Order: sequence, then C-alpha cells, then structure tokens
Amino acid sequence: MSAPSASPVLRMEQVSKAYGATRALDGVTFELRRGEVHALLGENGAGKSTMMKILSGAVAPDSGRMFIDGRPYVPAGPLAGLRRGVSMIYQELNLAPHLTVEENIMLGREVHSGGWLDRRTMRGGVCNALASVDHSEISPDVPVGKLSVGAKQVVEIVRALMNRSRILVMDEPTSSLTLEDSVRLFEIIRSLKAQDVSVIYISHFLEEVQEVADSYTVLRDGKNVGSGAMEGTGLEDIIQLMVGQKFTEMFPRVPHERGGVFVSLNELKGTAMSSPVSLALAKGEILGVAGLVGAGRTEMLRTVFGLDAVESGCLVVSGVEMAKGTPWARIRQGFGLLSEDRQGEGLALPLSVADNVTLSDFSPYLRFGLISVARRQAAVGDWIGRMKIRAQGPAQKVLSLSGGNQQKVALARLLHQKAEVLLLDEPTRGIDVVSKAQIYEWIGELARGGKAVLFVSSYLPELLGVCDRIAVFHRGGLVDVREASAWNAQSLMSAATVGRAAEA
Amino acid sequence: MNGQRRGNLQRALNVLGPFIGLVFVIAIFALIPEVRGRFMRAENIMSVATQSVIVALGALGMTFIIISGGIDLSAASNLALASVITAYAINAGVPPLAAVILGVLTGGAVGFANGALVTRLRLVPFIVTLGMMGIARGVAKWIAGNQKIDAPMTWVNDLMARTPHPAWLLMAPGVWIVIVFAVVTAVVLRFTVFGRHVFALGSNEATARLCGIRTNRAKIFIYTIGGLFCGLSGVMEFSRLTVGDPTVAVGLELDIIAAVVIGGGSLNGGEGSILGSMIGVLIMSFLRNGCTMMGWPNYIQEIIIGAIIIVAVTLDRMRHSRAS
Repeated sequence: MSAPSASPVLRMEQVSKAYGATRALDGVTFELRRGEVHALLGENGAGKSTMMKILSGAVAPDSGRMFIDGRPYVPAGPLAGLRRGVSMIYQELNLAPHLTVEENIMLGREVHSGGWLDRRTMRGGVCNALASVDHSEISPDVPVGKLSVGAKQVVEIVRALMNRSRILVMDEPTSSLTLEDSVRLFEIIRSLKAQDVSVIYISHFLEEVQEVADSYTVLRDGKNVGSGAMEGTGLEDIIQLMVGQKFTEMFPRVPHERGGVFVSLNELKGTAMSSPVSLALAKGEILGVAGLVGAGRTEMLRTVFGLDAVESGCLVVSGVEMAKGTPWARIRQGFGLLSEDRQGEGLALPLSVADNVTLSDFSPYLRFGLISVARRQAAVGDWIGRMKIRAQGPAQKVLSLSGGNQQKVALARLLHQKAEVLLLDEPTRGIDVVSKAQIYEWIGELARGGKAVLFVSSYLPELLGVCDRIAVFHRGGLVDVREASAWNAQSLMSAATVGRAAEA
Repeated sequence: MNGQRRGNLQRALNVLGPFIGLVFVIAIFALIPEVRGRFMRAENIMSVATQSVIVALGALGMTFIIISGGIDLSAASNLALASVITAYAINAGVPPLAAVILGVLTGGAVGFANGALVTRLRLVPFIVTLGMMGIARGVAKWIAGNQKIDAPMTWVNDLMARTPHPAWLLMAPGVWIVIVFAVVTAVVLRFTVFGRHVFALGSNEATARLCGIRTNRAKIFIYTIGGLFCGLSGVMEFSRLTVGDPTVAVGLELDIIAAVVIGGGSLNGGEGSILGSMIGVLIMSFLRNGCTMMGWPNYIQEIIIGAIIIVAVTLDRMRHSRAS
C-alpha cells in the first residue's frame, strides 16, 4: 500500500458558517492528502454535515477559503463541485430505481451523437469501471431498484469514479450494509486509494474507522479540535476529543434484577417470518437479538407487536395467552415498538415533538374528550428535559432535529405510553457516541424498573456491553440464546453468519 | 449481450400484461354469438381504430408526462380548445394547413403554460393542470361564442374519414398519423438522451438534478410535448365532427390517463411505454365498441372501464411485489 502523497488534494482554510445565532462551523481548517482515507468524526451537531455541504458546493461559507490541488475552489453549486471532482455518497442513496445500473452511472453524462445514445461506448466504459472495483458481477442491465443495498452503493461509487472524482465523501456508508458488503466496501476503498482517489469517511462506528482510515479529524461544536494519523491513536483519545471530557463508560451498566418470565413467544410465526420462534423474556431483562441484516429479527418484532399477521403459535404475557393482536391492542397490553425505520415509520417528521411523544397516548390530557394543549405542552417539556433532547421546545418540528435527538423523541413516546415491554429495533443506529450512551443508560433504568426489553441490533459491541442475554438469528430462525457472558464477538459473528454457535 | 437480451425480455413482459388484456377483451366479444359477426369484421376493426385516434394522440403525449412523474388533467380541455381554434381559423379563411398548425401550436402553448406554472410556482402538477382544465375550456367557449363553429369542408375533414380517399391507405389518415407518431415517440423514449432523462425524472427527480439534468427545462419541454399532441388530437376531433365544439371531450382526460396506466404507466413515475399506452387505448376502444354493439347503455361501459383500471393497477402492483 503506497503512502499518501504529501501535497494536499484539498485544503479548507478557516471556514466558518453561522445559521442565525448558531455557529455551525467556526474557523475550521482541514487538509486532505491525495490517496488517503480521512475519517471525519464528531457528535451529531458538531458540524460534519455543514462542512460537507460547503465542500460539495450545496452551501456557501460565510468566510474562509478552499483549495483543490492548490487552485482556489469556490463552487457556485453542487454541480460545480462535481465538475471539480468532489462526489458525495450519502446514506440515503441517490439512485433512480427504475433505471438500470448503466443508466444510473451515466445519468447526466450520457455519450451520444446528436441526442442518440451511444450504448456500446457507454457499456464498455461502465463494465471497465465495475471491473476496476472488482465488481464485474453487477450486470449493467439490472434496474437499480432490484439490487441489494451493498450493490447500490457500489453503483454510486462507480458513478463517482466515472465522474473522475478525486474526492469521495462517504456518509455512514456501512450503516445499512451486511458484514460481507462492508468487507467488500473496504476492499473498494483500498483500490480507490491505489487510484489516487481520496476518501472522507464519516461514520459512528469507531472500530471500523480505526480499521479503514489513515488519518482523522475530530469536530466539536463547529471547531476542529484535533487531527492526526489513525495509527497509534486509541479510541479513548478520539472519544475524548469528540466529547471534550474523559469518557470511559461507552456502555454504562445500571444494576438491575431479573424477575420471572413476563412474555414468551411459543412457536410464534407471522406471515412475514420464515420459521416459528420460541423465546422467553423476563421482567427486568434486557434480551439482545443479534443477526445479520435480513435474518428475520425485525419481522419477529413486528409480528409480536401485531403489525404483521400471526400464522401460527401464540404470544403469552404473564401466563395469559394473547389473542391475535393489532398494534392498538398491543399498546393497551403494554407493548411498545421502536421501529428500525426511524424517519419513515417511527416518527411523523412534519409534526412537532409534542405530537410525536404523545401520539400513542392522549389520555393524560383529555378533558371531556378534548385535548388540553397547555397540559400536553408542559408534560412534553418535562420529557424533553428528562431525556436531554436538544430541541427548541415541544412545538419544534421533529424534521429539524438531528438523528440522535429524533431517536430520543421516538424513545420518549414509548416511555410516555408507559410501555412494560419495549421492542427496540436498532435503537442506536446512526447516533453519536454520547447519545448512544444515554440510550443505554435509559435501557438500564427501564430494566431496573422491571420493564422487559427486547434489543435488536447489528452492532455487536453494544449487545455485549448492555444486554443480559443475547439471542442470535440466522436466515429467519433462532439459532441460540445464551447469557451475554457466554458470548464473545467471534462466537456471535459465527452464529450470525453460519448459523452454528461456535464455542465461546 | 446477455444483459441486453434480459432487458428486452423485461420490456416484452411489461407489455405482455396489457396485451393479454387486449386479447381477452377482443375474445370476449368475438365469442358472444349476437355480435360475433359484426364485431370481427374488417369494417368494424377500422372503425374502432379511427375512433381511437383522438385518445391515442392524447395518450402519446400523456405517456411522456406520466413517465416523468407528472400528470395533465387539462388534456381534454386543451384538445377542445385546439379544435375550436382550428375551426375558427378555417372559417376565417385561413388555409387549412396553417389552421392545422395553429391548432397544434395552441395545444403546445397550453402545454407550455402548464410546464411553466409547474416549474415556476413549484405547484403540484395535479393542481396546476386542474386549474388549466377550467381555463382552457372557458377560453374555448369564449372564442366559440358558446356555440359550435361551423367550418367549410376541406381536406382536414378527410383525416378521420372512415373510408379513406386514396383507397390503398386502407385506414383513415388519422390512424396512420397515430402509427407514425407512436413509432417516433417510442424511439425517442428508448434511444435518445432525452428519453432517458424522462425516465430519470420520474424515477428520482432529486437524483436527476444531482446528476446535472436541467429538470425545470425538461419538465417544461415534456408538458409542451403533451400539449402539442393534445393540439393534434384537437385537430382530429374537429376533423371527425366537422365543427369546432367547445363542449366536446369532457372527461376525456380520464380515458387518456387510464390508457397510459392500463398500459403499464405508474402515476408515481419512472414507468410506462408507448406500446403499452396504445394497447390501453385499444382495450378501451374495443370495450366501448363491443358494449355499443351489445346495445348496452353508456353507463355499463363506464362501470366496466372503471373496473378495468382498478384491476390493471392491482395486477401491476402484484407483479411488482412479486419481483422485489
């Protein structure tokens, strides 16, 4: 692997941007070298997305200068950025699902003579590009909508490559990827480096960042608080830079006692599940559910909550067999679901914090059938304080909150409806380290209060750090359930990928 | 190329559904003893083809609009206005060719207005074209003085004649015009950069913009094309009626949209085909024709066509979910 060259391909000097009274970026200086993978780290709200918007040309800075290859870079808009070789690859992929791989890659830059498409030339170019990232198995004629998330990402990367991009910004690239796809993504990144392409890598998965990045820059409150080589830097140092103080407890443990069996799934099979599942959950227990993307965990949660119809088997709560339920019934029975699809399903984005928190239970505010707005505002204001949600107030639209705070609002709704059994689907996905720790603490508090928590996650360290027992799913079926202490990262991964629990 | 053959196969399958529907509709009426004789006669087929011209032309333009993710509720009012303008012009002594061009351009102007309003005001196309529907119809009635405009007979009236003048044409010139334009538009959608951009717009407008496509310009162009086809359709309507009638074709936009949707177009954008839309037009024309032959009242046709639309979209949904 060749060492990154000395001359910076990108230099941002004293870049600042303020939105009203908030200084989103405060005199940030940043350098990116040719052919290096540079991790951009920081809590939600630290300024990463503002900085990238300025880099891409979507937003103009208030002050500061930028240089690409030593020449001034003042993009009038995102297209100008593209033309100078800056490509953004966002978490929500920018692809047209009905168009084929080739059509997406060549979109806006079609090779043509007088308007007539030159398919042959384009096909050749696209195939070469796919081969250069070692993905010739992706057929150029498949509609992109039919590809897996990992393959879609490859298409976006190839599009950026064919745009002759020298700077690729990847925003949370692995959050929706399977482990296999993540590994292949890292291989692609390595081949990009060999082609002298630089990558700015934004991710909350710090272990991953350690593995793939050459250097790092940490933003905090809009300032560049530290950068350097990844090698030789420990995670604790990075987290300390991100948070501004010593942060030892990534997984705060709240002592709690496990009670008797509260909920059990008896050979429960829903229409969306591929095999029946039997699982028991005790009061005061945090039961983790591990598995690869697509292993059937979300389907199980949705069946328990009544979102998908039950085909066979049953759900038993406190010894009472529950009839085929709907979410309405389940909420009354004390269940709460935190959906994996935070923005699409878990929250009503155009509505306010107050609306979202109280959506499942208006009863505390009803007087003669009408909602007492004042009482509701006050109560939600309380919740905002209690859960340290960074919002301007109960009336703020959830749309404008950061990801971490949006998730806290979704969780607040479950706590507000006084759920006894919490079904959490990827509760900390895409959230910064500090908010994650806060959520782990609340989960611990919930367990201490005798609630039962089912914790679905693809992030093994958090399962090992927070849960009492961990169940592993593989291809739709339950493989094994053990005490958390009886698992380690390798055995969990082996059970999730192969379906057989290796000995810990 | 294996992949390209697969793409062609996929396209063929997409049209297979509507095509089976068409065969089904024809078969039903062909099997009913009372009408079998009359239904399958060449005369009747040609009559159906001629009757389809007006909706077919509208559907050609509407296909572009729907694939791009938009919609045009003003299509029928637009064509009524175009037919009135054509009649007015011929009546005023304008040479027939110029009058025809004027009619087509009127349609284009209304389409352009739609496109400009959608892009400038950033309003939903449904609303803009809903308003234009009323405006165009009102202007048509205004120009026609709230009555039908008589116009002297010219070659324009022969365009929709059921027995064409040069007999070797076999079908009315209007039908041939539809066929030619259908081929042209199909080629444009498949083989040109513009065609690809139409699909991209409908599939994911944000992506299209990100890739440097001038989405506003493209939209205005697409709505103008839709308008031009409505103008041509209006000329054909005038040819068929021999008068400029501002009250003609009320509600026809729904037939036009239904044809595109039955043919595989999705109101969400990104899908559709010219061949599918033409099959959709034929399905509805044969249906109406068969029902009339059976002596069934008009409302039966409406109920059946409404049911077909629901069935077609449901089947399409099922095909999509099975594929994913």
